[in-house]
Amino acid sequence: MSYETSYRLAVRDALAEELERDSTVVLLGEDVRIGGVFNATPELFDRFGPERILDTPISEMGFTAAAFGAAVRGLRPVVEIMFGDFLGLVLDTLANQAAKYWYVSNEQASVPLTVRTTVGAGARFGAYHSQTPVGWLLGIAGLKIVAPATPADAKALTKAAIRDDNPVVVLEHKLLYGRKGEVADADAPVERIGAAAVRRGGGDVTVAAALASLEHSLTAAELLAGEGIEAEVIDLRSLRPLDRATLAESAAKTGRLVVVEEGPPTGGYAAEVVAAVVEAAGPTPVRRVTMPDLPIPFAASLEDAVLPGPDRIAAAVRSLVGEPATVPR
Amino acid sequence: MVSTASIQTRELERLYAQMLRIRLFEDEAHRLFMRNEIEGSIHLYQGQEAVAVGVCSLLEPPRDVVAATYRGHGVCLALGSEPARLFGELLGRENGLCGGRSGSMNVVDLEHGLLGCFAIVGGSLAAATGAALASKLRHDRGVAVAFFGDGAANQAYFHESINLAAVLGLPIVYVCENNQYGEFTPTAAVTAGGSIAARAAAYGLPGVVVDGNDVLAVRAAAAEAVERARSAGGPTLLEAQTYRHKGHSRHDDPRRYRPAGELEAWLERDPLAAAVARLEPEAAERMAAAAAREIADALDEARAAPPADPTRPASATKEPS
Repeated sequence: MSYETSYRLAVRDALAEELERDSTVVLLGEDVRIGGVFNATPELFDRFGPERILDTPISEMGFTAAAFGAAVRGLRPVVEIMFGDFLGLVLDTLANQAAKYWYVSNEQASVPLTVRTTVGAGARFGAYHSQTPVGWLLGIAGLKIVAPATPADAKALTKAAIRDDNPVVVLEHKLLYGRKGEVADADAPVERIGAAAVRRGGGDVTVAAALASLEHSLTAAELLAGEGIEAEVIDLRSLRPLDRATLAESAAKTGRLVVVEEGPPTGGYAAEVVAAVVEAAGPTPVRRVTMPDLPIPFAASLEDAVLPGPDRIAAAVRSLVGEPATVPR
Repeated sequence: MVSTASIQTRELERLYAQMLRIRLFEDEAHRLFMRNEIEGSIHLYQGQEAVAVGVCSLLEPPRDVVAATYRGHGVCLALGSEPARLFGELLGRENGLCGGRSGSMNVVDLEHGLLGCFAIVGGSLAAATGAALASKLRHDRGVAVAFFGDGAANQAYFHESINLAAVLGLPIVYVCENNQYGEFTPTAAVTAGGSIAARAAAYGLPGVVVDGNDVLAVRAAAAEAVERARSAGGPTLLEAQTYRHKGHSRHDDPRRYRPAGELEAWLERDPLAAAVARLEPEAAERMAAAAAREIADALDEARAAPPADPTRPASATKEPS
């Protein structure tokens, strides 16, 4: 069964259901008592009280590292980092402590730590509050990264992150908080992290995207359909690990790949998707649609010019379709 | 009728025996390191034994937990880690405390209350703060201890962790092992304000300086701090003044950066010598022989263990079976 809600309240409901189910789940972050600056945690404090919903000082490095220690000692903390741009402050905990602990301790304890953070450009927040810094995280063995693009996934992937026994970063896109959609009820099974989803079928080209780029890709696919080009659109959902099987299967069918990433052109998930597909499916014509190698600008005219929107995605697909695919169809 | 004096003597014997095990372990580790039987990097604890032993002798692991530094062998042994398994870890053997995956700097031994040795300076403060948070929220009356060096007092982790613990009233004791040098640099040259303990006042906490070479003094100061933490009285910052007899690691000759005579002055105040002077010579000899035998046997056991097995299945994540 399901009900309709927003992406924002889907996050809140996921937290509420896990707080209700498991007394070791706690939420820490700046202003989380009154709901956080994006109002993704309203009413949780009233319901669960000061031992489960903890306001922290503005010291991301310290409280995230403390959450790591608490996770080793039997809690299942969820940390809210107000903006993804601030993840730089917690990279030591993620890369050097939480993600290594299971292996380096020789499996004495895992670290069930969830770090939720708000990412994404397009809100005129400038260079320090707009990034989607996936590239900072991708090289960290032991870390998982999920990226919900829909209200249903905002709930499903948040719950999956909290249930996971390992550190997981949940990227929430700030432009998606108001989106409405059907989400699963509390008793729905909780998935294991790692599955992508095919959001639109098509035989001419595979378009892989995440977060707000999924909507742009689906819009581009409609434009292209009017021109007789059928794009298969894949929602990556999990950026680490990638769902290599789904990507390879689609690319083997279409013979062409476009990856859309609202991030820099170097060292992001787009590069990893290309590598995964080429390793699995052989030489494949590819395009990456990313942001330029620049900080994200403030002014609307400047920011709009660097976002990977539907027009740029459609243009990339058209240029690829002009080339021969790798498999006869 | 047992006299108070004899109880104190027995306690001092117990603490001395622990310090001696650490000293002999570290002397042996140093020999193995200098002839490359131990590879990579190790950081030795000779001179600081009274700090680990004085504090850890009060704890009740695994309810109480400790985060230590990369100079952590002393804390491991003081908590009860088996010397054979610690040697095994240093030697990269299958019997190591972490199966050869951690090496000297990052040992974890949760069974004995060791949350970890932290090779990123300051990491121990934050991890122990989280352990204290878990104890508080789970109401298990556990206490966390963070050992850290004087160098860590200038890291963000020091200030952020102590502030967080103070506002949340966490059951934790922060123990600064002030061995006078951050790597090769004198603490005073890079540490403003003249006192690490005095920084506690800025967070509204008790800050206590203790002679880190006097195991009974360390134990007494720590007892008060642990009791404060256990009875919901909040954190304490202890600064134990001590000295590192060896260099930072391998590639430094401490004569290059220490003033002439400084080491000798501190050797006069060796924590083991101070303790043994208060014990019966016969008892001291008996303990010396027992410790030497234990360490020699531990090394034999570690050397006999096979190298860490690269074919053992490995995953960076824990997955449901």
